[in-house]
Amino acid sequence: MRLDIRVPIGSLFVLVGALLVGYGLFSNPAIYQRSLGIDINLWWGGVLLAFGLAMLGLAWRAAVRVR
Amino acid sequence: MHPHAIDWTIMGVYFAFVLGIGAALKRYMRTSTDYFLSGRAIPAWITGLAFISANLGAQEVIGMAASGAKYGMATSHFYWVGAIPAMVFLGIFMMPFYYGSRARSVPEYLKLRFDEKTRALNAISFAVMTVFSSGISMYAMALLLKLLLGWDFTTSILLSALIVLVYILLGGLTSAIYNEVLQFFLIVFGFAPLVFLGLKDVGGWHGMVAGLRQVAVARGFAPDAWTSTWSVMSHPASNPMGVEWISIAMGLGFVLSFGYWCTDFLVVQRALAADSMESARRTPLIAAVPKMLFPFLVILPGMIAIAATVHAGASGLTLPHKADGQLNYDMVIPLMLGHYFPNGMLGLGLTALMASFMTGMAGNVTAFNTVWTYDIYQAHIRPAASDRHYLNMGRAATVVGIALSIAAAYAANRFNNIMDLLQLLFAFVNAPLFATFLLGMFWKRTTGHGAFVGLIAGTAAAAAHHGLTLPVGSATGIKGGWIEVLHLYPSQMAQNFWTAIFAFGACFLVTVAVSLATRPRAEPELTGLVYSLTPRLKSPPGEPWYARPAVLGALVIAGAIALNIIFR
Repeated sequence: MRLDIRVPIGSLFVLVGALLVGYGLFSNPAIYQRSLGIDINLWWGGVLLAFGLAMLGLAWRAAVRVR
Repeated sequence: MHPHAIDWTIMGVYFAFVLGIGAALKRYMRTSTDYFLSGRAIPAWITGLAFISANLGAQEVIGMAASGAKYGMATSHFYWVGAIPAMVFLGIFMMPFYYGSRARSVPEYLKLRFDEKTRALNAISFAVMTVFSSGISMYAMALLLKLLLGWDFTTSILLSALIVLVYILLGGLTSAIYNEVLQFFLIVFGFAPLVFLGLKDVGGWHGMVAGLRQVAVARGFAPDAWTSTWSVMSHPASNPMGVEWISIAMGLGFVLSFGYWCTDFLVVQRALAADSMESARRTPLIAAVPKMLFPFLVILPGMIAIAATVHAGASGLTLPHKADGQLNYDMVIPLMLGHYFPNGMLGLGLTALMASFMTGMAGNVTAFNTVWTYDIYQAHIRPAASDRHYLNMGRAATVVGIALSIAAAYAANRFNNIMDLLQLLFAFVNAPLFATFLLGMFWKRTTGHGAFVGLIAGTAAAAAHHGLTLPVGSATGIKGGWIEVLHLYPSQMAQNFWTAIFAFGACFLVTVAVSLATRPRAEPELTGLVYSLTPRLKSPPGEPWYARPAVLGALVIAGAIALNIIFR
């Protein structure tokens, strides 16, 4: 079977999302003056994480179906 | 802009994945079809996203934001008029011939339909063009990285070239397509928060519109000049683009747009990699959906940046000036990334930008190696070799193509004028192409001699029109008027659109005239290549009504019309 593209895309976004969420939790709040007071790393990292997990979920479902 | 460890980590993760995808695909590259056409085995949603992503290079992203600042909402003509109709036409009417004829490239379709000389003309000009485009992409990236991160020109060029080289060598077209899909999501997720923060900063949509009304009045236009698309197009003087609706509809919407989307192998190759005729036809239709929404992602930042210059209470976003005192519109995206994104998101934004530079290069390289191997090498240099031989030639062409792109990038760095001149020549060569394909696919009487002479006549007409006209306020030379100035256009854009209209007209008329005077091919030879001689496609059993290309196409067109009306 071919490489399912959703696996690398999902993994990349899970990884980057987790990095951003982690950084958002522990970084100095002063840096969020730029982003108008919003902890954009935390929030957007969460969105990326959810998207990555959804991609992996779709890939997993497709793999189960083939088996 | 000061990237920290977190930003470098995100960029590093991306580069590791890019190379990893190439490495994982290596074992599937067994035949030349695997390498050049992904074994014709990719599902439609992937080819569709790759189709649109191959066009969404960084120059497009940066250039569209710049145009958004310069011209406002009317820039979306390049999407809702200058792309969607042509993409729908490609999917519904032209794809059956490209995919159905089993041509492996666009020039090869010309060979099947017309003759060897028409293919050679198209293949050679296309190959040269892709090498230079990829070089220009590399050059632009190196300039930007130097400015943003202080990287040395040569380091940027060699690093990006090496990464692209490795993943194309390993995984061929599939690698390019997979990375284009990855880039698509990176651009969407990297830029959406930028638009959100920018809009919030200028007081939301209404705040932006209020700011743009002030800008328009201050520059001597009607208040809605930056926020409308059609209502300011009655006269070139009433909009900042300096064009009127006829040249938008005919020049951009018909000739230039159909010429690019329907005949450029860089995008068509993505559809040829699809796993079935249905997927191939759905490729541009699926691509049209995000394409329709991209103005909100890439044009809006430019409009926000300009609105921010007058909006009181904004966080102080200001566009820098160039040496000549003009605003430096090309800085919109880099400036906003640095202004709104804290470390962390900054890494994501820079990654998205780098990804789009690299896929821009990779797209050109995969198109180049295919056209070189099939349409030049196999057709003229070594016809009957083994498939293995052509696969290896494709890999060699990848190396040579990238080496030539590097040379082009250095040439662009040293001689700026030569690049402008080349881009002008490419515009002359491309302008008439759609007339040839339109006649070839829909008029069975068109002959090879007609197509060949017509293409040359169209290019000559484009050059002559350019040599006889000039945009107001420009010096004669590269801007036009190098024969004699017979007509002045209100803007360079208007001149471009009319050059295309003349080239198309000349190619169309000469192709028809020469075809009528030469002997047509026997009709049975043209089955599968010409509309009237090809049996209609039947929808496969079990295909739901909403997945039919005609239905999808109608929905996409309805969406584009609605957007044109809402933002008129």
